[in-house]
Parts: sequence; C-alpha cells; structure tokens
Amino acid sequence: MKTAKQTFKHGIHPPENKEETNGLPIRQFSFAPLIILPLAQHIGAPSKLVIREGQEVVRGQILAESDGYLSVPLHAPVSGLVKKIAYVPTISGKMTTGIYLEPFPSSTQETLEGEAIDIDSASPEEILIGIQQAGIVGLGGAAFPTHAKLKIPDGKHCDTLIINGIECEPYLTTDHRVMLEQSDDIFLGIKYLMKATGAKRTIIGIEANKQDAADLLRERLPKNEAISVEVVPVKYPQGAEKMLITALLGKEVPSRGLPIDVNAVVVNVATTAEIGRLLPHGRGIQERVITITGPGVKKKGNYLIPIGTPLRYVLEQVGVDESVSEVYMGGPMMGVAVANLDISIVKGTSGIVVFNKEQIEQAPQVYPCIKCGACVDACPLSLNPSKLGILAKFESYEKMAEEYHLMDCFECGSCSYVCPSHIPLVQYFRLSKSIVRKRKVA
Amino acid sequence: MTIIIAILALGGLTLVLSIMLVIANKKLYVYEDPRIDVVEDMLPHANCGACGFPGCRPFAEALVSGEVLPGKCTVSSDEGRAEIGAYLGVSVGAEEKQVARLACAGGTNVARNKAEYEGLQNCQAAALVSGGGKGCFWGCLGFGDCMNVCDFDAIHMDEHGLPVVDVDKCTACGDCVEVCPKDLFSIEPVSHQLWVACKNLEKGDEVLEECQVACTACGRCAMDAPGDLITMEYNLPVVNYSIAEQTPLPIQRCPTGAIVWLDKKAGAIKGKDSKKIVRKGERNMGYS
Repeated sequence: MKTAKQTFKHGIHPPENKEETNGLPIRQFSFAPLIILPLAQHIGAPSKLVIREGQEVVRGQILAESDGYLSVPLHAPVSGLVKKIAYVPTISGKMTTGIYLEPFPSSTQETLEGEAIDIDSASPEEILIGIQQAGIVGLGGAAFPTHAKLKIPDGKHCDTLIINGIECEPYLTTDHRVMLEQSDDIFLGIKYLMKATGAKRTIIGIEANKQDAADLLRERLPKNEAISVEVVPVKYPQGAEKMLITALLGKEVPSRGLPIDVNAVVVNVATTAEIGRLLPHGRGIQERVITITGPGVKKKGNYLIPIGTPLRYVLEQVGVDESVSEVYMGGPMMGVAVANLDISIVKGTSGIVVFNKEQIEQAPQVYPCIKCGACVDACPLSLNPSKLGILAKFESYEKMAEEYHLMDCFECGSCSYVCPSHIPLVQYFRLSKSIVRKRKVA
Repeated sequence: MTIIIAILALGGLTLVLSIMLVIANKKLYVYEDPRIDVVEDMLPHANCGACGFPGCRPFAEALVSGEVLPGKCTVSSDEGRAEIGAYLGVSVGAEEKQVARLACAGGTNVARNKAEYEGLQNCQAAALVSGGGKGCFWGCLGFGDCMNVCDFDAIHMDEHGLPVVDVDKCTACGDCVEVCPKDLFSIEPVSHQLWVACKNLEKGDEVLEECQVACTACGRCAMDAPGDLITMEYNLPVVNYSIAEQTPLPIQRCPTGAIVWLDKKAGAIKGKDSKKIVRKGERNMGYS
C-alpha cells in the first residue's frame, strides 16, 4: 500500500478533538416548527424569490431561482406554508431577505423531483446546469457555487480532479462520516464531476487520522476508473485547496490564481456525495450533514439537518449546558463566533461547536510583537504575518496589499494560533482586507 | 598639467550646463499666481477635504481663480474667511454650516446587546464578527471609531456609548461618514432640524425588543406631516428637505422618539407621546 509522505510547507498541529464524534453515525434531525431560509446562502448574487407570502410549498420545490450565473436556486427543505417574507439575520450579522416557512405537521414530506440528469446521456454542459439547478454549493464552508467552479475557462484544461476529504478543521467529522456512509454517492458524484470537467484521473485526498475511511473507499473503488485514494499526514490547514494541491501534486497554485492554473479542480467530498445523490433524481439540496460537538453539547453527534433550521432549535434539541458561553458555526479555526442564536443553518454550515465558560479563555492580554517568527513558520502561504500585523496596526493597508500579498491570505488562523503575544493577527487581516476591497471600489 | 586639464574640463562642463539651465528657466517658466501661496497661508492647513477639494492648496488655487468663494472652507473662523475675502476682493459667500449627524439613538441604556464582543476594540473590526453583537444590526456599535478619526475633537462618546457631535467644532469634513461601518453618519446643513435618528429597516413592534428608541415604521410621522414632507421608504421615514418649511409637528405622535426635532439650544427634542427612558445603566444583555 502506498502512503503519500508529501505534504505542504509550514502549517500547524492544533488538538484535533474529533474522537468524540467520528464514531457516531449520521442521524436524521427533526423538523423545526419554523424554518428560516435566507436567500443569500452562497457567494454571488442572492437567489430571486418565485413564491409569495401565504403560499403552500412542497418539499423540494424551488422557492427562489438563481439570479445570474454566479447564483443557485433555493429549494424548500420541507412541505409547508410560507408564513412571511421578511428580514432574517445571518451569520455575517447582516440582515437579508429570507423566507419563514412553517412545516405541515402531518405531511408525508415526500420530495418533489425535477428533471433527472442521466450520467450516460448527459453532456458536460447539461451536468453543470443540473448541478446549478440542484442548488449545490461548496459544502466545506465557503459556499461557492459548484457549477461555477467546475466550468473550465477557455484555453485551460483539467487533468486532475481532487476530492477533498481532508477535513483538517478541529472538532468536525462530517466529511469523515460522509466518506464512511455514502461511498456509493461519492463514486457516482465523481463520475459526474469527471464528465463535467473532462478530468482524466481523480485523487481522493484523506488525512491520516481518517484511515478507516481511506481503507473503506479503497476497498470499494470502482474498476476501470482512474480513481486513487491518497493518505496524507495530518496537518492544518491541509484542507485549503491550494495546500491540498501542493500536498498531492507537488505543484504550487500561483498567487491570486485558481487550481485550474495547475490543471486541477478541487471539490469537497460532501459536495461530491450530494451531486451523486441528487442529480440522478433531479432533486435539490434540502439538508446537509453537520457535526454538533464541543464541551457544551450533551448529545454530540453528526446530524442530517434540514437547511433553514434555526440554531436555537438545534441547540435545544441536542441540549446545551446552562453555562454555554460561545457558539461557533464552522470549526474553531475558521468558523465564526455566533452573535445571534436566531440565525439558521445554511448550505455552508459544516459544524456547530459549543464551548462552556470554563473553556473560553477570557480575552488574553495582547503583548507587542517580539519578532519571534513563529507566525512566519506557521503561515502555509509563506506570507509574513508579523510584518503584516505591524503594518495593520499603523493602518498602512495599501502597503500590505501591494508589497506583502495581503489579499492572498485566506484567514486560516495559523498565525494567530501560534502567536505567543496573542496578537489577533487574523482579525487584523480580515479588517485590512475589507478596507482594501472597499477602497478599491470607491 | 593634469590638474589644469581637470579644472578646464569641469569648468567647461559647468558653463555649458549653467547656460542650459538658464535657457530652460526662461523658456519653460510657468507663471504661478503669488496670491496662491498667500491664500494658502491664510487657510487653516487642516487638509480635511470638507470644501470638496483634495486639500488646502488646491482649494487656494480654486479661490484665486475665482471658482469658489472663501465660505466653502468650514474650518476657518469667520474672521479668517473675511480676511481671505478682503485679500482677494471677493465676497465671503454665505455657505450654510453643515454638521455630521448620527442616525442612531440606541445607546446602551435603550439598545440591547445579543452577544459580548471580544477582540480588536474598534467598530470596523467588530462589525466583521457577526455584525458586532448588537441586537439591532443597523445600530451604533459604540467603540468610537468616529471619535478617533475626528481631527477636530468634535466627537465624544456619551455615557451610553453613543457619539455626540459638537456642532461648533464640527467642520463637516466627512471622515466619520467614511469610517463608520454601519453608515450612520451623514453631513447635513444645520437648518435640517427634522431628523430621523434610526436606520432599522424592520417593521413592527418586534424591533423594540432590541432597541426602545427604534423606528417601528408605524407611519404616524408621515401622516401628520404637511404635504409630502415625510414619506415612508423601506420602513423608514424620509424627510424631504427640499420643502423649505419644516415643522416639529410630525414628531409629536412618534411612539418611540425615533424622529426628533433638533433645536440649537435644547438639543434633540422628542415628541410628547414618546416613551420616557428612565434607565440610566446598561440594558441587560438577555439570553432569551
């Protein structure tokens, strides 16, 4: 058996904390009494409403259509009544237009099916349209519309399709469980993806802490397909697509470039499984697997949760300690601390991590930079977070962007994690990036 | 012998170059009005941009060329403007004083926080973390970015964490408008006395749970206002300032006091029907 020893440079090793949920099978979550669906669940233009207040909708029906190319439709996760269309809170703190949907208590919740995409007869373009119509976005967390990612620009070609089963984020085990339980969907999804991109081979990248998933997938590898499973050493942030390409192919994606610049396309494993499950039936995405874990949760586990389920309802169902003091959507490294429990689960939510008061370090004192270089050693992109942090403090945002490649930073948090002076580097960079973007527009 | 050659060569070079410089000076001379320097010296050197020019020098050039009148500079004192006017022989120009105004009244005593924010203590950074934790997404976060950016010491945070603009010191330069991540500041002429101190776009009494002085979009002010003075747009009253005649009539029936009448002496006056806010301390965070 071949084990890949290769990995990328730098990176960190935070505690994984996955053992509590990685053995728990995926369980169906109940329907909340009120489903709240924001229209902007993906990067790009928000979906365009096609229903009205007071309308009855069927599970799987399109509630909002894609508005332009970089947009996907939104399907009803449940049969029910559209209570109202109003402002809903989202994880970013923004209030956006959304749908309040009340499920019918006695409905059979059968799913409406659309036009099926047959793997043998469909053309690559038809598959891309099918993926868009199914409302599929990157389920790893970024929520970038998948069809737009798979569209190979003119003059480029795709050699390698990489299926990202790394899941380097601590605490999260959704991709792990998906690989263990939905291998058929994954392989069918890969077939669709290879046809859509024209890739000649596929590599499924898995970190060494998920050896059981790698063994299972290897065992079930379909014959006559150029699919291989590669196990890479555990390191954060290997799940970032640029890092994964470096680890698997030994190539470096150029600064501000895309994986297609090195003839590769990276797709998350849960997204792949969703494509394999939905496209043969012409269905839309209605639910997703989410890990609910952390010291504050009583019933930890991996749950199949309908999209739009309010976070407050989720926490009530799994049970949280009275002293719960911090809730993260996504993992603890790249996730966002939740400020409002009325937000709901969206397509990009991969996990919910809850901490008690005891685990939350009360904002440690920030000391000046001692130029130890720990952040430079940690940065997977070989940026200079130390220098960037000092520049951010003095608000030299243009210099950061032009001379120190600020805009390449993907906010993995490695620098803040290792900083002995507790400088909130990633927060500085996030702020700087938003200001640079704002000034560019102005 | 060598030394003589060196002296001659360098001396010759010096002569040729100096002749070139003299010719260049004569041929390429650009006339600049000496008054520009004088006027620039009379200006306050704040380079704030309130006049609409990039800084004091371009403004001085425009003044000398007669494009604008000295009244455009809101930072100078009355005497300063008069001095420039007298020097250039133009009228001062009656520009109405403008001030920065905050469209939020949700201090800590009336508005609730949903979460406690830890991290960089400034509004712009906090706004990027789930909106900063304030119950009302549109409301002022109260870390005082506007106070810090103000070059004229015209903004101070009051005891409830809301910025208060000192009308006398404010030059309407617009730095606070630019820095506020919630876009709460705008530059308004002082004569605009009817003011909507809220940006919450939600409708109905639910908003009161987050902030007791929020606009509930009841529309009473629009009904009471004469003519088209106030229209409701996106669940907020919009005052049509082009209608010259303003009256404090519309504020009277406002249930929350979100629309106010700004008086020069008494400050913000609320309508008589608005709820009285007696709480002095912070409104509790409420984990419900």
